[in-house]
Amino acid sequence: MNIRITLATTRRILAQLRHDHRTVGLLIGVPSLLMILLRYVIDNELAFNRFGPMLLGVFPFIVMFIVTSVGTLRERTGGTLERLMTTPLGKLDLLLGYALAFGLLALVQVAVVASISMTWLGLDLAGPVWVLLVVAVLDALLGMALGLFASAFARTEFQAVQFMPAFVLPQALLCGIVVARDQMATWLQWISDVLPLTYAVEAMQQLTGNTDITDTLVLDTVVIAGCTVLALGLGAATLRRRTP
Amino acid sequence: MLKSVVSVSDLRVDRGGREVLHGLTFEVPRGSVVGLLGPSGCGKTTLMRCVVGVQVVRGGTVTVLGHPAGSPALRRLVGYSTQDPAIYKDLTVVENLRYFAAVLGAPAGDVARVIDEVGLGANRDQLVATLSGGELSRASLAAALLNAPELLVLDEPTVGLDPVLRKELWDLFHELAERGVTLVVSSHVMDEAARCRRLLLMRDGDILADDTPDGLRAATGTHDLEDAFLRVIAERQEAHTP
Repeated sequence: MNIRITLATTRRILAQLRHDHRTVGLLIGVPSLLMILLRYVIDNELAFNRFGPMLLGVFPFIVMFIVTSVGTLRERTGGTLERLMTTPLGKLDLLLGYALAFGLLALVQVAVVASISMTWLGLDLAGPVWVLLVVAVLDALLGMALGLFASAFARTEFQAVQFMPAFVLPQALLCGIVVARDQMATWLQWISDVLPLTYAVEAMQQLTGNTDITDTLVLDTVVIAGCTVLALGLGAATLRRRTP
Repeated sequence: MLKSVVSVSDLRVDRGGREVLHGLTFEVPRGSVVGLLGPSGCGKTTLMRCVVGVQVVRGGTVTVLGHPAGSPALRRLVGYSTQDPAIYKDLTVVENLRYFAAVLGAPAGDVARVIDEVGLGANRDQLVATLSGGELSRASLAAALLNAPELLVLDEPTVGLDPVLRKELWDLFHELAERGVTLVVSSHVMDEAARCRRLLLMRDGDILADDTPDGLRAATGTHDLEDAFLRVIAERQEAHTP
């Protein structure tokens, strides 16, 4: 691992994004639009205050999952990964390079969506805003790490995109947004307990309901960070210098 | 100093459940331009992947500059250019090269040097996705030249180039060899064989001949390398027919 190579990788990924205005526009515009839609579909300030923050945690997760799984798949199939594997670049340099670049992007995304939500849409957050940003960026990094891992199992971009519903929708159904977790069957709660998105949503719920940082919130944050590191480790294991 | 830059012994590789390299043995001396010639599918790319250390190998050894192929020590000393240009399509030529230069820790000015060497000065700020096929492969080649590697492994670097550019690149290869760089260059075009100092003729995962172009012509009694190749194949088949 070499900090110079890691930062060069981050710069390279940001440069790729700079050339791709449409992707950046979609990354920031789509969650904003969905949030606005949600506000007027619900049309109830109390209910919006409950659902809004949860979605602020889920959007960056989903978006980064897609962007990373397709992005790394392109590195694998385009031969650039093979070229990089013949250079001094370490696997960790590549992973952290991606994490830094997409973490930064997630920060911008969440900042825009949160600003729109808290001004125009009247979202009322009890907890501190910076914690919201931290949790949302962690969610984004979790999505990124899982996307990186998932890309190892995809041969084509078609498959990579299909992994999004496979990895994300079951988590979204079980995380407590659709039905509160304590109203689910016990076996569903067990599954929900081991899925990382559950903790992302719980962290956001804690932020809406409490003015200070609760123990549950801290625990949730640690779980999300732990899952991210685990998924990055699994992702690193799928990057091989030698391939068949 | 080591005499051989690449030393391959009884190299066996399986791909897709069958053996594609059947126990290859050869040496590549320092400062030579070795042409890896043979039809598509004969194992040239697999062999080159073994030399740069990205191929899972079943048996045998590949030693490069005194280290096992793919060793960390070699990652700054070996330049590799794949057949499909392995560069980022959504970056400009210079952005691509700056990135690879940073990864390799190449000296300042190296990016300008390699752009000049492959003749892409006019395209330096162009997005790679908008380059023509020939420009694309030259941009990929430029990335392999960064940090002045001691061994260059180039998989079909001249595909899709017009004769003038092709000649320029071969002149560059020989110039590099004179500076002590060793080059392994694959091609499926026989007229490029004559430009190499040494030839490895491959077919179906075997090396049929390992000789200089002149030596090969003399051994087969032909003037044309294409004929020489055909003669070698015919001899091989006779030897195998009981």
